[in-house]
Amino acid sequence: MKKWNIIAMAAVLAIATATFGGSYAAEKLKIGFIYTGPIGDLGWSYQHDVGRKAMEKALAGKVETTYLENVPEGPDAERSIEQLARTGHKLIFTTSFGFMDPTLKVANKYPNVFFEHATGFKRAKNVATYAARFYEGRYIQGQIAAKISKTGVIGYIVSFPIPEVISNINATMLGAQSVNPNMKVKIIWVNSWFDPGKEADAAKALIDQGVDVLTQHTDSPAAMQIAEQRGIHAFGQSSNMIKFGPQAQLTADTDYWGDYYTKRAQAVLDGKWASEDTWGGLGSGMVVMAPYTNMPDDVKKMAMDTQAAITSGALKPFKCPITDQDGKTVECKGGDQLDPGQILSMNFYVKGVDDKIPGK
Amino acid sequence: MLMLEAIMLSVIAASTPLLLAAAGELVTERSGVLNLGLEGMMIMGAACAFAGTDLSGSVVVGALCGVFAGVAMSAIFAIFTLGLAVNQVASGLALTILGTGLSGLIGAGFVGQRITPAPQLHLPGLTDLPLVGRILFGQDAFVYLSVALVIGIWLFLYRSRTGLVLRAVGDNHTSAHALGYPVLKIRALAVLFGGGCAGLAGAFLPLAYTPFFIPGMTAGRGWIALALVVFASWRPGRLVAGAYLFGAVSILQLHAQALGLGIPSQLMSSLPYLATVIVLVLISRTRGISGSAAPASLGVVFVPDR
Repeated sequence: MKKWNIIAMAAVLAIATATFGGSYAAEKLKIGFIYTGPIGDLGWSYQHDVGRKAMEKALAGKVETTYLENVPEGPDAERSIEQLARTGHKLIFTTSFGFMDPTLKVANKYPNVFFEHATGFKRAKNVATYAARFYEGRYIQGQIAAKISKTGVIGYIVSFPIPEVISNINATMLGAQSVNPNMKVKIIWVNSWFDPGKEADAAKALIDQGVDVLTQHTDSPAAMQIAEQRGIHAFGQSSNMIKFGPQAQLTADTDYWGDYYTKRAQAVLDGKWASEDTWGGLGSGMVVMAPYTNMPDDVKKMAMDTQAAITSGALKPFKCPITDQDGKTVECKGGDQLDPGQILSMNFYVKGVDDKIPGK
Repeated sequence: MLMLEAIMLSVIAASTPLLLAAAGELVTERSGVLNLGLEGMMIMGAACAFAGTDLSGSVVVGALCGVFAGVAMSAIFAIFTLGLAVNQVASGLALTILGTGLSGLIGAGFVGQRITPAPQLHLPGLTDLPLVGRILFGQDAFVYLSVALVIGIWLFLYRSRTGLVLRAVGDNHTSAHALGYPVLKIRALAVLFGGGCAGLAGAFLPLAYTPFFIPGMTAGRGWIALALVVFASWRPGRLVAGAYLFGAVSILQLHAQALGLGIPSQLMSSLPYLATVIVLVLISRTRGISGSAAPASLGVVFVPDR
């Protein structure tokens, strides 16, 4: 009996090797993606998946992609990332901040696999990082909000106090203050990237407290829908949410990852992949503003002028001097603006934000 | 709109799905079956309710689809745990995993669609009353249904013979069986009832709360409902108190944050859980009110000997 088992196992192994050998012979580059939300979140993960599909189309016949959605952030993500690494994926994109340490751990174990981590700041020989300068779009949103709001208060629904979220709040306020120095912001942390019910409740609470322009750093269109119901204005997040707020959406900061993914996959195909840090914004097309809608022509013109100025580099959202919420001037490490390191690790509020960073 | 009224309306909306799901689970557990698949049944209810509404154009048809989906899911659970006497904890967890995946598949084609949400009651005169008008007379059908459901469950459990039998089955299935009661049949019906309630709770989310469908939109509400049943010590009255307390603190902490009180948001976010646990534990320790009604046979597999 035992002997037969061993023979059977050997046969299975032989077949398995043969099949795997066959798939390698096809020479398609296997690329994996890890998403923290469902691809149908219509926000963050959805846009990454749009990017994946764009890359698959651009490199048709040369690449093969796999994605894992709904992967929780934190140590447990390691298993999911490792699963992709173990199954022959040569390039793996981990698309959320919370995948940072798990990505590095797995990368250390698989030196021949290339990893790309979105929005993080830790790199290794085989780990590159990439992010978009969302804050550029936020600055424009702040200006629009200041023009549109009658109550002078922006409502801001946020997920977790990570630098990216903080820098976006600050950019929004700097934009708003450039139009109306007295603009205020009310902030609600929902401690989740994705909980439509809670996001909707937060939106209602903000509106009940006198907010008439909403913005969010969470992933579902729930807040946009509440804004539409209550007849106020809102900004979409990550993707264009105009469908959920035809009368409410002013614009949206949308992310386009397709070109970047195609470029990086091509680099692996050419054998030229190297670990680097990419930080694209309006100029490189990684951040795209959804059409400016539901606003008077003069506001629209202002928004487009600001967008052009940021794209050309004439306007810098984090231009010095910047004062923090306690009235202290922030050290300026990048010449006339904050340097990228300061923005990517931002842990202070600018003047005029009446909130405390959780855990600080 | 007055602030108090606005807050109350948000509280009711936040509490209703928890109450609906927990009420069904309470009946299931009272019969001695622990179904941890609440989250999976809820999300299936949400997906099917939205699909049904989108295809038929009717919220009622959609809600029925949601209930049916919940019942169908719980039927799978019943076949395994009652028919084949499989471990209830493992089957429940498997049901949640199945529901999460299957609902994503069913709902995939409906993501991004828009529907007309469930209408809210409007009685001329009454609904326009200040303060209490919209709270009492301006809700959608789900809210009234959730209240009626809990009252019905209370009457059933404590004022009907069948309810007494159901509790007996949950407390000691061997004795109930010896007395000639069909233990497995009663449990199967209780499981299906719980599934239907979970489906209805799921349906509330895309039909009334946030009128769109997104995979995973239940976001853990099934687990909270499950915990509420335990902390309410399996009593319907306490369940209402628990669900509304949880909803109230969840909404109030959002308002407190928007006011900028400077309390750490992590603490605020954990408040609903803390407050609910503390209050319900205090209630069950109060002298004069009998304590937990935990069914003695909860989660124990029953195989009839003849």
